[in-house]
Amino acid sequence: MISTLGGFVLFLALGVTLYAAAAAVLGARAGREDWLASSRNAVLAHFCLVTLAIFLLEYALITSDFSLRYVANTSTRGSLTRYKIAGLWGSLEGSILLWEWLQALFAALVVARYSDRGPSGCRHLLPYVQAVLQGISAFFLLLMTFGANPFAPLFPVPPDGRGLNPLLEVTDMLIHPLLLYLGYVGFSVPFAFAMAALVTGRVSEEWLTITRRWTVVAWLFLTGGIFYGGWWSYRTLGWGGYWAWDPVENASFMPWLTGTAFIHSVMIQERKRMLRVWNLVLITLTFSLVIFGTFLTRSGILGSVHAFADGPVGVMFLAFLSLVLFFSFGLVAYRSDALKGHGELDSIVSRESAFLLNNLVLVGICFTVFLGTIFPLLAEAIRGTKISVGTPYFNRVSVPLGLALLLLMGIGPLIAWGRASLNNLRRNFLKPSLAALAGGAILVALGVRQAEILAAFVFCLFVIGTIVFEFLVGTRTRAKTMGEGLLTAFATLLLKSRRRYGGLIVHLGVVVAIVGIAVSSVYKVEREQTLKPGESMQVGPYSVRFDGMAAGERPTHILVWANLMAFKDGKPLHTLTPGQRYYPNQQSPFASVDARYHWNEDLYVILSAFERDGSSATFKVLINPMISWIWIGGGVILLGVIVAVLPERRLALLAMRAKAQVA
Amino acid sequence: MGSQQAAWAGSPAGAPGRRHGRGPGFALVWALVWIGLVIPGVAPAASGSPNPDLEDQVREIASGLRCVVCQNLSVADSPSDLAKEMRNLVRELVRQGKSREEIQAYFVSRYGEFVLLSPPKRGFNLLVWGLPFLAILLGAWGVYLVARRWTEQREEAEPAVDPAYAERVRRELQERERPSGS
Amino acid sequence: MAGPESLMSWKKALIPLACVPVIILLAYGFRTDPKAIPSPLVRQPAPGFRMAVYDAGELSLETLKGKPAVLNFWASWCYPACYEEAPLLESTWRKYKDQGLMLVGVDIQDKEANAREFMRRFDFTFPNGPDPGSKISIDYGVYGVPETFFIDRQGRITYKHVGALTPALMEAQVQAILKGN
Repeated sequence: MISTLGGFVLFLALGVTLYAAAAAVLGARAGREDWLASSRNAVLAHFCLVTLAIFLLEYALITSDFSLRYVANTSTRGSLTRYKIAGLWGSLEGSILLWEWLQALFAALVVARYSDRGPSGCRHLLPYVQAVLQGISAFFLLLMTFGANPFAPLFPVPPDGRGLNPLLEVTDMLIHPLLLYLGYVGFSVPFAFAMAALVTGRVSEEWLTITRRWTVVAWLFLTGGIFYGGWWSYRTLGWGGYWAWDPVENASFMPWLTGTAFIHSVMIQERKRMLRVWNLVLITLTFSLVIFGTFLTRSGILGSVHAFADGPVGVMFLAFLSLVLFFSFGLVAYRSDALKGHGELDSIVSRESAFLLNNLVLVGICFTVFLGTIFPLLAEAIRGTKISVGTPYFNRVSVPLGLALLLLMGIGPLIAWGRASLNNLRRNFLKPSLAALAGGAILVALGVRQAEILAAFVFCLFVIGTIVFEFLVGTRTRAKTMGEGLLTAFATLLLKSRRRYGGLIVHLGVVVAIVGIAVSSVYKVEREQTLKPGESMQVGPYSVRFDGMAAGERPTHILVWANLMAFKDGKPLHTLTPGQRYYPNQQSPFASVDARYHWNEDLYVILSAFERDGSSATFKVLINPMISWIWIGGGVILLGVIVAVLPERRLALLAMRAKAQVA
Repeated sequence: MGSQQAAWAGSPAGAPGRRHGRGPGFALVWALVWIGLVIPGVAPAASGSPNPDLEDQVREIASGLRCVVCQNLSVADSPSDLAKEMRNLVRELVRQGKSREEIQAYFVSRYGEFVLLSPPKRGFNLLVWGLPFLAILLGAWGVYLVARRWTEQREEAEPAVDPAYAERVRRELQERERPSGS
Repeated sequence: MAGPESLMSWKKALIPLACVPVIILLAYGFRTDPKAIPSPLVRQPAPGFRMAVYDAGELSLETLKGKPAVLNFWASWCYPACYEEAPLLESTWRKYKDQGLMLVGVDIQDKEANAREFMRRFDFTFPNGPDPGSKISIDYGVYGVPETFFIDRQGRITYKHVGALTPALMEAQVQAILKGN
């Protein structure tokens, strides 16, 4: 029953979305206001229909209706309700439905936001924006109708379902994919505006200004998704790391890189009306990479832990990717004459140049990741040999590029627009450079020798130096000239130039995360040893004593764990209970790691093997120095973006309240 | 008022107010604070375990080998049984005095080139190592050409500093200090 | 007049056309199987090994010299594939042992008790032994269980099969190594 109903709703939604797209384009061409209004209503109706479909599938999931194949694949009767709900995005068909729902939501938001308000040019762009967004929706609906139907029936109805992969049965499963999808879908809005700008020929700065906030918010979700994914992987996957350059990770990283480049280069266009083509290319690349990444992980052409499903889905994704690429780059080519900007630059030593280089490096890293990801395919096509391109390759190639980016991060925000005078350079960079060099000298004196880590430290120090000086000087001067208290001066400074200072805070977060990445990867200590009860192993300043094995039944699995006592410098520190989880439906157990998380050093323990009788067990113990800085950095980035995008009025209110309190 | 604003908000356009108030040792203090934060992270690397050289060598070699049962982890990182046995084998081979290259060659002879996580830098594989840097170099050259063309255009258009343009720059710089988003 | 203009449009078309090679490469990806990784050992001499057979002393590659051999890697925890092919292994052994075929089972990453239970269940009469430290498995480039190697009289690996064996495949490969000289 639900199967037929769900299929019908999706089919109806497909019809409505196609109508909305057609009515928008035809209405705009014919100048028929009533058609446009009808199209907007159709966009909202489409959103309601997809919402209904989501409710139907969730209803089936929560009530364990195994007459749907999807429900049988992603949940069992015994699953906790929250994981039954999360089953919606636990497998291919459901995650496409979720994606489509977010896509419909964003399209509805765009219509609601801009149909009667917004900048004047918006009215001309909006019909085509709608058409593009509905076109994307139509693809997902086609995909569900013909390739990956979440409402496909199952007969005979099994007594119980297979359930999610136990690795996915964690609370993080509720958050991480949602963040990523919000990021992916978010970028479709600036993409749609860019396409509308190209179609209508209104290729000036209009579309950029309108979508600026959408872009930053999409970037925030994508960044959040990536950081959250790393954190999740670190705490639960049980190998002690957070990033493995897996195709699915690269799939989220590539649009992040081009999206980051886009966020920077639009500033040049807004200010100088240059780089019009480049920005269109960047947003198109970003959106194409989102589709490309999904294609990679969903088509199964590359082996990946995350890859699921095959069948027509891969082919349909590839067809859509080709369509997007030809359509958008074709439009750029078609409009290339109108897009010719008049570049003017006073000097090569300027912020414009720093931004150009920033874009070059970001896109360069993206190219590297792209090349590394598809190179095995290329090698197989040309040489006929299977090869791997993994972590050592990506680290080796991206570290120098990342260092260059880090350096640019210090220079870009402070070097003057147009022409940087010697005075400007000296004022903004002399002290941070000296501080960085002094820090580097101290580190060398302390015995740090690896060139890469040394460069990373010096550059990080330089960037933080520039940011801190900027804040310090600003606050101080304001306090002096306005006669305000330091705190008020700082707050007003942030509020008065939110985009700039928010951006600097984001940079600060990135640097904090980079410090965490650099230190934790270079100074990680790892030991593996087999212990008998009562024995201990020494790892750095820690010693870990094995006190025996234990086992117990949990609602969904059997947990076997080891009781450990960790000591630091001889003093008892913490009990740790790493274990292994045995699930009835799974062949091999899943690690359940335990760690003592601390702001500057994690002690991380994995139970890698044990004797049934408890006579001995093998442990892998890792000291991950400063790894929490990565997550702290992620938090700082979030803070910075919030400062940069929070609506004006809200902040003004806050500021007034703060002032009132001070007074 | 305008020029004062420019002064406190860190504008590159002349900031007389920022010269005073900082001691000469500030940079050093800053560096020390920073180092103080980093040291706890760097410290454990100094202290070692009974046989640090061997273990680090094993880890180094194992992290370049692909764990064949887990698609995308190295032998060093994988929690799987086979990876554990492979680590033991690597340890044994290192103890026998085998070099990194010999150990890699052994695994390639058994599992094929697929087992190496980073493709050996020869033949066709040179592409994957070289192209990124080539692309960056070409890109940098392109950026330079573009930037130079722009500066030339600028010089042709306005050989001397045009007062109107200078005014525009000044205005834009001030604009930067005002609340954005409007 | 038409010349430069058509040249321009031709150049413009290059922008979207630049995507074509990538799309072709991706389409090629559909024809490949990321899980099928050819073994470099096929058509190479079988790596030597020495194994303690359950209840029957020792066995090594030298013992197999001059005989066609089937080397099967299995484990009692490998369900269902190993359970599916186990009867076929035993019946092949009974059918061809008089023609000089050797069939050897290597039990990997297993507990002895479970392994014995498995052998009892399928009434194994051919020699099987454990692989402590997975040495033999790694030497044969084994990814997982079950995997089967067919070795001819010259001690060369002629074929490697990944996954459960089918009767037809078993028959064909055994015939091939029996005939080969």
